[in-house]
Amino acid sequence: MSAESAVTLTTPKELERVPLVSNQRPLSWISDKVSLICETATPLWWWLMFLPCSAIALVGLLCIGYQISNGVGVWGENHPAGWAWDITNFVFWIGIGHAGTLISAILFLTRQKWRTSINRAAEAMTIFAVICAGIFPGIHVGRVWMAWFLAPIPNANGIWPNFRSPLLWDVFAVSTYFTVSLLFWYTGLIPDLATLRDRAKSRVSKYLYGIFAIGWRGSNRQWRHYEMAYLVLAGLSTPLVLSVHSVVSFDFATSILPGWHTTIFPPYFVAGAIFGGFAMVLTILLPSRLLYPQLDDMITRQHVDKMAKIILLTGSIVGYAYLMELFMAYYSANQYELFTFLRARIGIDNDGWYAWAYYCMMFCNVISPQIFWSKKMRSNYWVVFAVCMFVNVGMWFERFVIIVTSLAQDFLPSSWGHYSPSWVEIWTFIGTFGIFLSLFLLFMRFLPMICMFEVKLVTPAADPHHQATDKEAKH
Amino acid sequence: MADYRKVYGLGAEFASPADLMHAAEKVRDAGLTKWDVHTPFPVHGMDKAMGLGKSWLSAPAFIGGVTGLLTAVLLTCIPSFGIYPMIVHGKPYDWRTLPAFFPIVFELTVLFSAFATVISILVMNQLPKWYHPVFNWERFTRVTDDGFFIVIEARDPKFSESKTREMLEAIGGRHVTLIHD
Repeated sequence: MSAESAVTLTTPKELERVPLVSNQRPLSWISDKVSLICETATPLWWWLMFLPCSAIALVGLLCIGYQISNGVGVWGENHPAGWAWDITNFVFWIGIGHAGTLISAILFLTRQKWRTSINRAAEAMTIFAVICAGIFPGIHVGRVWMAWFLAPIPNANGIWPNFRSPLLWDVFAVSTYFTVSLLFWYTGLIPDLATLRDRAKSRVSKYLYGIFAIGWRGSNRQWRHYEMAYLVLAGLSTPLVLSVHSVVSFDFATSILPGWHTTIFPPYFVAGAIFGGFAMVLTILLPSRLLYPQLDDMITRQHVDKMAKIILLTGSIVGYAYLMELFMAYYSANQYELFTFLRARIGIDNDGWYAWAYYCMMFCNVISPQIFWSKKMRSNYWVVFAVCMFVNVGMWFERFVIIVTSLAQDFLPSSWGHYSPSWVEIWTFIGTFGIFLSLFLLFMRFLPMICMFEVKLVTPAADPHHQATDKEAKH
Repeated sequence: MADYRKVYGLGAEFASPADLMHAAEKVRDAGLTKWDVHTPFPVHGMDKAMGLGKSWLSAPAFIGGVTGLLTAVLLTCIPSFGIYPMIVHGKPYDWRTLPAFFPIVFELTVLFSAFATVISILVMNQLPKWYHPVFNWERFTRVTDDGFFIVIEARDPKFSESKTREMLEAIGGRHVTLIHD
């Protein structure tokens, strides 16, 4: 008897998994809702958002043009702070990209099926963020037309890149990251572009989607290789994403400046990148969810909840890293290290040049995400959005604090110098937000922002054993 | 119109992934070779049902990775230790500085491997291929939405228009249609 009752034991309701697509939607519902975004007329709000964003992007591009034609002197950087907003913005944007690759690769390898409805948008965000990031090191070299010297090309000047320099590692890491992310994103898009091709009514859209769908016909002989390719690309992207921000942190960690010369930097930067990236994913997905209520059943409350938990986890890792840096400064008994942390950053006996930025960073990155311990707060979209905005600001300040406080006041008081940005720098940075949001709006308008075939795959209807068991039960 | 065009094969639609999988098992057991299953998403277990093995795409990915690794090792070591030693800040520049090349070696390994993967998925799937006879079948547009299809090609030695049609209907195929080239 006891064995029989054990067999018939049913799962208690509270232990059942919440379905990834709510309301038991059929397969065609998924393709309908996602494709209709690209097929219906452009909504008014889209223009109301796109026009200002592209205007801001244009201002940013004009500032870049102004800087290139006049030289880096139009920025506020000067000795001793030769790196400031430019590298801050670079690290900020490249970090944001990391969440997309984490969702598409690491969560794929760890079989986190909830990633399916957010991975497309997050990967797009990665690509656009890396584009914005690439602008800054590109233009801060000063003579942009000399940037090709970074490539290992034999040339008549006898100049060869120094492969032992972290700055050159960065060139390789960021360009590889961008290329692989783009390949991964496009590979994932092919079956969904085929859906848009097959649904297209007008000749032009059928032709354009058709070209990019490269004749995909969903054959199992194709899916077999496709799935393996996806697995291989996920396997390649996983160490890649961990390496990129590690390499970015080497730019600092391999130098001898107090505040930069620490071994904690690679893991600390990677955790911070994922932290800031997830905040940006939510910053753009929460409004998209509001603007496209039909996606509610795919980007559900549990997605927001899980991302909020990742923000809490990575935010706490970042908080640990901040405190460990402070402890190591004390424990090292190195007077320069102590000076950087206690005076330049915390602001004890130092007029507090940049102490306000340090406290801003601490509050935004360490304290504000702690509200996510509460389930109630994680399920309140306004709270989640507000925390994400704090994290966006905080992660920018983190890079600002690291770069500027260490440079402005290093070993010799006689060579200290205050740094403040010029209007060109400020508008270039604002301009990259315009570029980022314009690209994202274009993506939302013309490409399926949810990976349809993967969402279909996680519905019960897609499981080949699902209906078989139903039938067996009937017999 | 359609009569004098070459016959590509027979297509049948199935109601669900489960039905499709059982049907595929039967087609496999009937000994057919030139046939394929078309689905809106990869159906797990279908490779076995079709009698296909594991994809060997990981092999070109590995070869690509090894190529990238060797390229990067040669790119960094040959100039640095041989033809173009670069002395910066008076630091050493011999083979003991090899760890400084690890990031670039790693990145190029990943880059070459990713390119090899994407190029081989195109080659192995024979893509891009903008024209294919199955697109002539009107119902086939549902393959990217919620349609599940089996297409048996006429070039299969066991193909017979009437017998294959009977078989497809017997295993639960609906809308069995002759597809022309």
